[in-house]
Amino acid sequence: MNRLQASGDRSIELLKVQRRLLLRSGLSLGALTMLTGCDLTDGDAVDRVLWTMSRWNDRVQAWLFDPTRLAPTYPASAITDPFPFNAFYPEDSAPEVDGATWKLELSGLVDHKSPWTLAQLRALPQQSQITRHICIEGWSAIGQWSGVPFRSFLERIGADTRARYVGFKCADRYYSSIDMATALHPQTILALDFRDSPLPDKFGFPVKLRVPTKLGFKNPKYIMSIFVTNSNPGGWWEDQGYNWFSGS
Amino acid sequence: MSRHPVIVRITHWLNAVAMICLIMSGWLIYDASPLFGFSFPRWATLGGWLGGAIAWHFAAMWLLVVNGGIYLLWGAVTGHFARRLFPIRAGDVWRDFRDALHLRLVHDDGYNSVQRLFYVGTIGLGVLAFASGLSLWKPVQLHALTAAFGGYETARRVHFAAMSGIVLFLLVHLALVAIVPQTLLAITYGRAAAKR
Repeated sequence: MNRLQASGDRSIELLKVQRRLLLRSGLSLGALTMLTGCDLTDGDAVDRVLWTMSRWNDRVQAWLFDPTRLAPTYPASAITDPFPFNAFYPEDSAPEVDGATWKLELSGLVDHKSPWTLAQLRALPQQSQITRHICIEGWSAIGQWSGVPFRSFLERIGADTRARYVGFKCADRYYSSIDMATALHPQTILALDFRDSPLPDKFGFPVKLRVPTKLGFKNPKYIMSIFVTNSNPGGWWEDQGYNWFSGS
Repeated sequence: MSRHPVIVRITHWLNAVAMICLIMSGWLIYDASPLFGFSFPRWATLGGWLGGAIAWHFAAMWLLVVNGGIYLLWGAVTGHFARRLFPIRAGDVWRDFRDALHLRLVHDDGYNSVQRLFYVGTIGLGVLAFASGLSLWKPVQLHALTAAFGGYETARRVHFAAMSGIVLFLLVHLALVAIVPQTLLAITYGRAAAKR
């Protein structure tokens, strides 16, 4: 029955995640019922409304997104020190990827699918930015990331830039995806460095996607593979209920 | 005679639902990264976890914006605000405030000056909560708005302050409704407020 309400290419995922959000949001449903006097005992219907609104918010944000508007940049003196670690596990569980054997896998709507080594990525023109990382939890921190402009990388690998989504799979089982407009934004980079040295393990060695126009959880670390697709790949948090677009 | 027009009654209750959802889900979002040295108790929050709270917050936001927009537009265009909420004069506010303290509270045709100040101030807080919330949601696309609030981190505090003011209003508002329960009938069924 949820399938009827779910639209587009995400019906299967929605089916799964609607159940998840239901379980979690149900916890405080009682509090709302008491306050408003409404009988919201059908948690399934409430969840459908919340998911529908979240998909609506995706569309509004895609419409609000200006592909030429740049995130504010800051002087080096504004960099947050120490920069916080954040993940769905504690810092000592962060994966340690071997940069010597690591290769970036490519798949989907891409012409040239040969994997990339770290040295090959480092040989490409690099770009640096000092921008504010905003976490969905509310806190923010200013950091400096440098790496390959993602737009030039997508063009180099012959990606179909008219496709809708770019997906990422990571060494820590994390996964996420972004819209193509954001992927082509001039400040979206495949970050190799944090401040003046290679990304430390805790910040996503060997490669992290830095997207200053999205919330922190849309900046996947420890990237192992990238794919271009027309069906929304969702994400680790997105499939549990975080808003998918989450643009800043 | 003073009756609440049907549009006031409908928008009032929809606004109440939206505001309560926004405040309770907002408290759970606050708890994910508290600005000050305290957290809101879990029983007072809405959403169950951060993702649920944000889903509630950004759904109720639309109810507040659409419903509040209709109310503000209607109130401005029809002259409802000009008649019922203005003018507000400092001298009148002081006089009505002293009367209220001496339990000489007049609750007849129009709102007294303290009520007017209270309602206009709360509408202002609602607009401030909306604008600061928008600046937190879109600090890149609307970075001029975020900058006007003093940047992202300051905007968080402005958003919190606006919420605090609205909660303060709610407490006084509910206390007064408890003292004069006829108002609850008036805002629901539109009956004339009881005369004293």
